[in-house]
Amino acid sequence: MSEYRIQGATGEWEVVIGLEVHAQITTNAKLFSGAATAFGAEPNTQVSLVDAAMPGMLPVPNRECIRQAVRTGMAINAQINKWSRFDRKNYFYADLPQGYQISQLYHPIVGEGAIDIQLDDKNPDSVKTIGIERIHVEQDAGKLMHDQHPTMSYVDLNRSGVALMEIVSRPDMRSPAEAGAYLSKLRTILRFVGSCDGNMDQGSMRADVNVSVRKPGDEFGTRTETKNVNSVRFVMAVVEQEAKRQVALIEDGGTVVQETRLYDPDRNETRSMRSKEDAHDYRYFPDPDLLPLELDDAFLEECRASLPELPDAKRTRYEIALGLSAYNAGVLTADVETARWFEALLAETAAKAKKPEAEVAKQAANWLISELFGALNKLGKGLDNSPVSPAAGAELLALIADGTISGSIAKQVLEKMLETGDGAAAIVEREGLKQTSDTGAIEAAIDGILAANADKVEQYKGGKEALFGFFVGQTMKAMQGKANPGVVNELLKKKLS
Amino acid sequence: MTQLTDLGIAAIRDGVAKGDFTATEVATAFNAAVAAAQPALNAFIVTTPEKALEAAAKVDADRAAGKALGTMAGVPIGMKDLFATHGTQTTAASKILEGFKPQYESTVSQKLWDAGAGMLGKLNLDQFAMGSSNETSAFGNVISPWRRPNDTAPLAPGGSSGGSSSAVAARIAPAATGTDTGGSIRQPAAFTGISGIKPTYGRCSRWGVVAFASSLDQAGPMARDVTDCAIMLEAMAGFDPKDSTSLNLSVPEWTAGLNADMKGKKVGIPREYRLDGMDADVAKSWDDGIAWLKDAGAEIVEISLPHTKYALPTYYIIAPAEASSNLARYDGVRYGLRDLPDGAGLQDMYAATRAAGFGPEVKRRIMIGTYVLSAGFYDAYYTQAQKVRTLIARDFTEAFQQVDVILVPTAPSSAFALGEKSADPLEMYLNDVFSVPASLAGLPAMSVPAGLDRNGLPLGLQVIGKAFDEQGVLNASLALEQRAQFSARPAKWW
Repeated sequence: MSEYRIQGATGEWEVVIGLEVHAQITTNAKLFSGAATAFGAEPNTQVSLVDAAMPGMLPVPNRECIRQAVRTGMAINAQINKWSRFDRKNYFYADLPQGYQISQLYHPIVGEGAIDIQLDDKNPDSVKTIGIERIHVEQDAGKLMHDQHPTMSYVDLNRSGVALMEIVSRPDMRSPAEAGAYLSKLRTILRFVGSCDGNMDQGSMRADVNVSVRKPGDEFGTRTETKNVNSVRFVMAVVEQEAKRQVALIEDGGTVVQETRLYDPDRNETRSMRSKEDAHDYRYFPDPDLLPLELDDAFLEECRASLPELPDAKRTRYEIALGLSAYNAGVLTADVETARWFEALLAETAAKAKKPEAEVAKQAANWLISELFGALNKLGKGLDNSPVSPAAGAELLALIADGTISGSIAKQVLEKMLETGDGAAAIVEREGLKQTSDTGAIEAAIDGILAANADKVEQYKGGKEALFGFFVGQTMKAMQGKANPGVVNELLKKKLS
Repeated sequence: MTQLTDLGIAAIRDGVAKGDFTATEVATAFNAAVAAAQPALNAFIVTTPEKALEAAAKVDADRAAGKALGTMAGVPIGMKDLFATHGTQTTAASKILEGFKPQYESTVSQKLWDAGAGMLGKLNLDQFAMGSSNETSAFGNVISPWRRPNDTAPLAPGGSSGGSSSAVAARIAPAATGTDTGGSIRQPAAFTGISGIKPTYGRCSRWGVVAFASSLDQAGPMARDVTDCAIMLEAMAGFDPKDSTSLNLSVPEWTAGLNADMKGKKVGIPREYRLDGMDADVAKSWDDGIAWLKDAGAEIVEISLPHTKYALPTYYIIAPAEASSNLARYDGVRYGLRDLPDGAGLQDMYAATRAAGFGPEVKRRIMIGTYVLSAGFYDAYYTQAQKVRTLIARDFTEAFQQVDVILVPTAPSSAFALGEKSADPLEMYLNDVFSVPASLAGLPAMSVPAGLDRNGLPLGLQVIGKAFDEQGVLNASLALEQRAQFSARPAKWW
């Protein structure tokens, strides 16, 4: 694997990256209150007395949030801490009603784990393991709106108290591509586990990007932290821009300051924020309103038992048990919805064909990846809003398999299905697209073509066998694509012999 | 016939149930007593005579309808203004919450209303329950109904539950709620010749109680005698899923279990509490208490609680640390006072609001707490204090392997005059020296009147029990009460 290096005036530089990913836990209720967490609600409509930090209100941990954090930890093969504790991180801000965030500094719920990233889909040797230091659970803050009034700021507490997992990686990444692959893989895992929806555009997942540069082999340089980066592309851009900036700064005789920065996507640059880390002393201490979190074996067992098949295991199974190519297996497991869709399609297809899944898997995978994805893409849609369901797809595949239609007709049928939402069989029937095996009609067509192309027949018989394909094509064309290709081949061979 | 305002919880409840008088008559009598005493004692921040009457009317109607009555039916009580009361101003005696009317009811107050009690008003206290004399309230000092002989100097009712102690001692409320963080039920009870119990940490829900120091705060009753305290504590206690530190235990029938026979019981007397220069009258009352429990059949055992001397400094690190964080929510953004100077930004608003809203003692504790949690000092102060707290708790655990309860004085002196100690915070903090260890260990502890000192002022004795053993504490306290025969009451001067 080629190494990512920044060419500076003084030589090559290596970039060192660690990510702190904040992932909103998918639950109906907040971490310490019963308030709802739906995205896009009217401001301050999802705020309990606890979230607004009214006097005398107390936090009570939401078991589902704890469960999801534990399941996530298990999915990255991390150590699960049966004893953990919540701490208060104290600071004043108008979006933080309590005046402190309940978090876990000293004793996080999840310890060391790791995930594997693959930089090249087609190269199994491009796998790299990225260490994860910890996952802890904490409250989100509210939101300030500065553009609603000329002199005042408005506060929306809907997000106040929403449960987040902070997933802290080791500084193990060395290129924008690795950072991007790590974040994508992490999102895939979270979606498989169901602990976070991974919707970065809605803020349910965002990354703080820690970047430093060094001469290869040197000690780590001073890092900067670029906060709240909300897409994979932007994370990669931050790494690139920030690394370049640091190299230029150092080579100009400057030093990198440990600070918090913001990314401006419009100008593709990072900018210094007020240096929060230096200014604040968060006065962390154990939250006296909460008991330590103690997890028993039965709870852990339930968490483990409820884990679905994870992306790496699924991918291996697709390759080995279903015989899919490494590339197809990778594509189908890159997203939990795709895998789910594929498995539904596969089950329906196998049932219709009365064959084991392994025998129809390639056909189903190829059709999904090369036909349906392309057709949906043209419509600007995805699997989540596809007008064609897995069952409908399986119906179409069955028509191909039993010879009712050819592969090329199937493309037309798919287009009609997407357009109308009708079933494949109904469309084939209505449009008269059924493939014919009527030897009489096909023979008539072949006779006409051979007569009209006597010169080519001579050449073929003279040894130019590649012309066979030409005759097939012409015949199919004459039959408007509806001729059974097997019958066409057979008859043509007979007539040309 | 005795006046209705001379009656306690049991007598009122039983009289109402029997039909000797109506709950409305009781509420009316206490409302009048409150109104008459309020200008002189300032025990209440707001009075709510209509609430008392409304609850009484319901009890009378229920009785007339033959419905079962609650354990506090017909008893009007004072509610310390640290408990959130729905629609009634709740201030913690601070300007920063002046005018704040919660849209919720604290679990403990709700339980009392459910048991048939009514509310006479919200009782004054030290601001955010920080104080031992009720001189830190933003709504004026509470005056004790007690006076030294031939002396009209106003005396402290103790603190922080000073409104509660003053009201119960003055017979303007038969009982009141208190909260105790480092002695705030026991010390004012001792100063005013009444009884009060701080149960095991977690017995009473903290939900809806304005927080001072979360790991120490505990609600409890303050009343005329041990039996009334038992009745009221039963009504207040119980598991609350809204408080993560609430004890998931059923509430014992403490009242039914009251038994002053101490035969077979061992009472520990910790030698570390016998301080050099201890007030002679306090020392004598402690000796009296020992004699009374012996008389009740108990065996007296000298014990050692070696880390006692560290309790006060430990408390004054942990409680302010928690308070500094708990009080961060009073920022002027969502409720309560907001001071927004012209052209001020967010930081200026915080500074102005908190400067104007908090009193000096509250600010002092926020600063102490902020200091002990800050980077570079955290381990030396907070971590160390937590370790010492564990050692103090272990002292008790070991002692309770030998004894059933521990007997000590409640406070180092009788009530002092207002202004006498308020200039020196350290001297004021020393008032908590006997009450703080049980708080740090989360143990149940009760103060009962033991007698009068040379100034004619009440002294209290404190019984400390094992965790969850409120019954043992109440029983030993009852044995003391029966032998102390404390019948003194302040002469009515207001």
